[in-house]
Amino acid sequence: MAEAENKRAAAPKSVQSGFVFLPLIAGWLIPGAGHFLLRKWGRGALLAISIVCMFAIGLAMQGKLYANAHDILEILGLLGDLGSGLLYLVGRAMGLGTDSVQLTVADWGTRFIVVAGLLNIISAVDAHNIRTGRKS
Amino acid sequence: MFSPSHFTAVVLFGVFASTVFGITQRETPQRMFRYGLYCFSLFVGSAIVLSWVMYLIAR
Repeated sequence: MAEAENKRAAAPKSVQSGFVFLPLIAGWLIPGAGHFLLRKWGRGALLAISIVCMFAIGLAMQGKLYANAHDILEILGLLGDLGSGLLYLVGRAMGLGTDSVQLTVADWGTRFIVVAGLLNIISAVDAHNIRTGRKS
Repeated sequence: MFSPSHFTAVVLFGVFASTVFGITQRETPQRMFRYGLYCFSLFVGSAIVLSWVMYLIAR
C-alpha cells in the first residue's frame, strides 16, 4: 500500500496532470491510444498492431461479431467484442461479421475477435496503471 | 476468405497474445521480450502436446 503511494508520488508531474481516466478510455476506444497519450510510442504501436491485426484476421476468417444477448454465452461473447471499442462499433456499422458460423475456420475467427477485445481491455488497464504511477 | 491451417492459426494467436502479455505484464523492455517469448512458447508448445494427446486418444 505504502509502496504504491511512493510510486505514485515518484511519477512525473506531466503524467499526474489531467483527467486520470483518459488513457483508459482512449485505450479502450482505439487500441494503443492510451499508451500514445502517455508517450509510450513503441509499446502503443506494438499493442495497436497486435490487437488490430487479430481483429482483422478474425474478420478475414469470417468470424462473427456478436450482436445480441439471447443466452449467457452470447452475452460473454458480446462483452468480449465490446472490448475492441471503435473497431467493434465500426465493424457493426459496416455490416461485417454478420454471417452465421458454418466453417471451423469461422469459429476460430470468432474467437480471434473476442480475444482481440479482451487483449484491448488488458492494454487499456495497463495504460491506466502507467497513468496512475503503479507501473513505469 | 483467409483460411489458415490449425497450426498457422495457433502461431498467429500466440504471436499477438504474447506481444500484449509481454508488454502489459512486465516493466522493462528486456523482461517484456523474455516474458513474451515464454508465453509464445507455452501457447505453441501446449497446442502441440495437446494435439498429440488427442491423436493418441483417438487411435
